[in-house]
Amino acid sequence: MLALLERVEEAAAAHHALAVHRVCVQVGDLSGVEPELLDSAFGIVRGGTICEHAVLDIERVAARWECATCRRALDAGERLQCPSCGGPAALAAGDELLLGRLELEVP
Amino acid sequence: MCETCGCGDPHLVSVEVRERILSVNDRAAAHNREHFAAHGVLAINLMGSPGSGKTAVLEATARAFAGRGGVAAVAGDLETERDADRLRAAGIPARAITTGSACHLDAAMVHHALHDEGLQGARLLFIENVGNLVCPAVYDLGQAFNVVALAVTEGEDKPLKYPVMFRKADLVLVTKTDLLPYLDVEAGAIDDALKRVMPAPVVFHVSARTGDGLGRWFGWLEAQLAARGDRDATHPAHGHQH
Repeated sequence: MLALLERVEEAAAAHHALAVHRVCVQVGDLSGVEPELLDSAFGIVRGGTICEHAVLDIERVAARWECATCRRALDAGERLQCPSCGGPAALAAGDELLLGRLELEVP
Repeated sequence: MCETCGCGDPHLVSVEVRERILSVNDRAAAHNREHFAAHGVLAINLMGSPGSGKTAVLEATARAFAGRGGVAAVAGDLETERDADRLRAAGIPARAITTGSACHLDAAMVHHALHDEGLQGARLLFIENVGNLVCPAVYDLGQAFNVVALAVTEGEDKPLKYPVMFRKADLVLVTKTDLLPYLDVEAGAIDDALKRVMPAPVVFHVSARTGDGLGRWFGWLEAQLAARGDRDATHPAHGHQH
């Protein structure tokens, strides 16, 4: 959480921003981060910072597995082994914890 | 600001960052990892529910490896030195990390424990995490491998219920297999559940009580140690300047 705030403050300073209006993050279902807890933590740590009145926009990303070899997509709950070629699956999406976009108020 | 023409209005700009949020813990873990690599330490993060048999497996491992030296452990619990005491009794240096109310170990706690003199010279370091199938999965400690202990008594569907933990596992030890005759649990159903949350699961079924299956686990450890090569083991495990 503090790392997120630090990174936002850094970007805001680079653009000589007066305030941060919106912070957009992507949180994968397998990232181990619970969006609601992230949001409530943000509400606590933003006090007194350039993010004081910022909205945290959280986009949840569902877990998506595909075959590492032939790229065939796997259904949720399926064995993580390609039904076509037998290769092990790779996570295509769902473990991200990304700072995406910022809306900054500039002079 | 001017209500007629908008002069003096602040401008809003949209800035694309698109960066992974690297937490403070990730940085501390990277620091641990560098030092493990520099000093030839194979660090294993052993996770699992409370009572999944982590300490029992480590006791058996300690007894099997104690004669050769260079094996040590840190054991995390909210309170007490009990696990570290058990591991010392089994023949290896061990240090307790009492976390108070924290439900997991983090990289800084492990880093602090590494300065313990008793752990210097270790080439195989077990980090027994706090018993918990959720939070420890999210905190990188700088380990080379994550091993998860899952007792047959926990039921067949734990991997499906706690996918984040099992996805992070490099190896799963299905423990307490000597109890299978007394349970309505099929070992094969546990394997099937693991295949739905891990793409290429490596699973050993073991009983620390009877010793069944432990040979494969010891063999896996030997193979990982051999893969690291015979680096100079005389280095202290964590002697460095900050």
